[in-house]
Amino acid sequence: MNARTRRLAAVSLVAVTATAVLAGCGGADGGSDAEGGVLKLWTHNAGNAAEYDVVEKVVNDFNASQTTYKVEIEAFPQGSYNDAVVASSSSKKLPCILDVDGPNVPNWAWGGYLAPLELAGGEVPVEDQLPSTVGKYQDKVYAFGFYDVALTMFARKSVLDEHGIRVPTWDKPWTRAEFASALADLKAGGKFEHPLEMGTGGSGEWWPYAYSPQLQSFGGDLVDRSSYKTAEGALNGPEALDWAKWFRSLVTDGHMAQKSGSSPNDDFLNGKSAIEWDGSWDAAKNVEKLGEDLLILPPVDFGKGPKIGGASWQWAMSANCAKPEGARAFLEFTRKTKYFTEFAKATGTIPATDAAAAQIPGYEPGGRYESLVQSARDFAVVRPVTPAYPYIASVFEKTAKDVVAGADPKSALDEAVKQIDANLKLNDFYAD
Amino acid sequence: MASPAVLLLLVFFVIPVVLAFGLAFTSARLVSPTPPRFVGLRNFAMLAEDPVFLRSVLNTFAFAAVVVPVQAGLALGLALLVNGRFRGTNFFRTVYFIPVVTSMVVVSIVWTFLYQKDGLLNRIIDAVTFGLVQGPDWLNDPSTSLAAIIFMSVWQGAGFHMIIWLAGLQTIPADLYEAASIDGVSRWTRFRFVTWPGLRATRTFVLITITISAFSLFTQVNVMTQGGPLDSTTTLVYQAVRSGYQQQQTAYASAISLVFFVLVLIVSLVQRYLTREKD
Repeated sequence: MNARTRRLAAVSLVAVTATAVLAGCGGADGGSDAEGGVLKLWTHNAGNAAEYDVVEKVVNDFNASQTTYKVEIEAFPQGSYNDAVVASSSSKKLPCILDVDGPNVPNWAWGGYLAPLELAGGEVPVEDQLPSTVGKYQDKVYAFGFYDVALTMFARKSVLDEHGIRVPTWDKPWTRAEFASALADLKAGGKFEHPLEMGTGGSGEWWPYAYSPQLQSFGGDLVDRSSYKTAEGALNGPEALDWAKWFRSLVTDGHMAQKSGSSPNDDFLNGKSAIEWDGSWDAAKNVEKLGEDLLILPPVDFGKGPKIGGASWQWAMSANCAKPEGARAFLEFTRKTKYFTEFAKATGTIPATDAAAAQIPGYEPGGRYESLVQSARDFAVVRPVTPAYPYIASVFEKTAKDVVAGADPKSALDEAVKQIDANLKLNDFYAD
Repeated sequence: MASPAVLLLLVFFVIPVVLAFGLAFTSARLVSPTPPRFVGLRNFAMLAEDPVFLRSVLNTFAFAAVVVPVQAGLALGLALLVNGRFRGTNFFRTVYFIPVVTSMVVVSIVWTFLYQKDGLLNRIIDAVTFGLVQGPDWLNDPSTSLAAIIFMSVWQGAGFHMIIWLAGLQTIPADLYEAASIDGVSRWTRFRFVTWPGLRATRTFVLITITISAFSLFTQVNVMTQGGPLDSTTTLVYQAVRSGYQQQQTAYASAISLVFFVLVLIVSLVQRYLTREKD
């Protein structure tokens, strides 16, 4: 190879690399090549094969159904999904279609990530969905989910019978006093060091998801939802204080571990705990292991009725999508009972519509899991619909952990309110 | 020849640092529809009133104050042990070095199990004391959690500094030791007047690297305790990450980082001054 060819080769190599780098930078918005009509779709399901398979199937069906657009999937592990979205939004490279965890919808809509959706063209009307599966912010729909999950209590019938404890029903859940005496009886029975398992070893979104409904059942809340301008009174009022004292007393009475093990559901199945506060995602596994002995129980009524958290993963369209018609066409295409059914089946979750529920063994009226559907419909409270939610959730997690570890409940809650109020004020109450 | 390195340093170090310092004086958020604006010292005023931040400063200094001397001392002890010529030297060097090449996340997860209330550590305490002493719930008790993390961190990091001490030890000329043994000095005198002066440069290096790595304590806390219980293990870097990502307060996190930078700078300068060549 003589000097000239070598130079030429070097120059072309540089040119090719530079082009590739530039193309790589500009290509992620999915709409840059007008002819192909490629739409990128991001999902949090890498490492979650069951749900990913359904996503893939829906996408393949859509691509086969028409020739204008082609949807391409990119999957991320759930742990780094939000970071990926936030990072690519700051460089304006969001894909056209993405999924989003329900409570984050207001934050992302406010931040200008998401575009409002018109879903009138879908087969399944939006009104048919469980309310918690539709992601709204300021009266506009920004996302919808194919399923929801429900919090529930698992227990063994044999254990409750042995200790003479009444099995609660959806019409007559345990009251606070009844629950307390049930725990005391189980503890006194001597078989369980900690009769109640609430997954206190977890972290992140689990804390507000699992424990703020209990706070709400006491009559408190994370923030004052009438204005979303303060947490005063909601998070540090007498009801909230009552909740905090109760939460801590579970530890001091020896009813619950301050920090439970890394696999709470296995601990329950192995008989280490008698009652487990857990999500519906473990229901099928528990039924398989315990069969008829497994009880799926309604949440405790601490005064204001039983409560559970609402909203799971949902689908949305990004605001900077270059081909909104394409994204809209795809999202409308997915709104078929068939897909609602398949998602819920694959993930063991609660289907978002009654029509889908009727087709899934166990979720049909009278089925083994019907109560979960009922629970999602009647008891679900969506997490506060405000762009401040990620901040509030983080403060609540820390505060609840402090309370469980023995912090003075009053000052812990007051400090939380102070921080949340300061954050709301600092951001002009998250006005647009 | 230095240009690629300079470019990389510029892109991945200098610019981000300057940006971070700049952001500390703005209202920047991770997610926001409005562009950041200049807010002066507001973030620093908030820091001064944030009890968790103050606790983080305290914890970070407490951690460094224990880890620096203990880890450096332990590493020197290990280095002296494996510096001799006896069978199995390489075996012991490898054993002491294994924790260093293991990922800190993995180490933290394993130690979380060891520290459990009915974990291995408490079982050993129980067995050794014939059931007289009941070990605490190490990581869930505010009075033991930081100590537990310190102990684990020293164990994990000592091997690395052992290697550096070892390198230092091997630069000391053998004839000095020969002369010392001809003079018939005791082991202590030999250490005091031959080994210790010979390690001057190594000492400074070890001191400064351990200090800086101790100040940036994060992984262990993030995996094992998330700053709890009751803020007993929260640190500056942990708070910076928590407010920057979880709470989306980019500007506030930048302010924490700026304060962190200044603190580390002051400590390093003081150390440089104290370990300077005196003649």
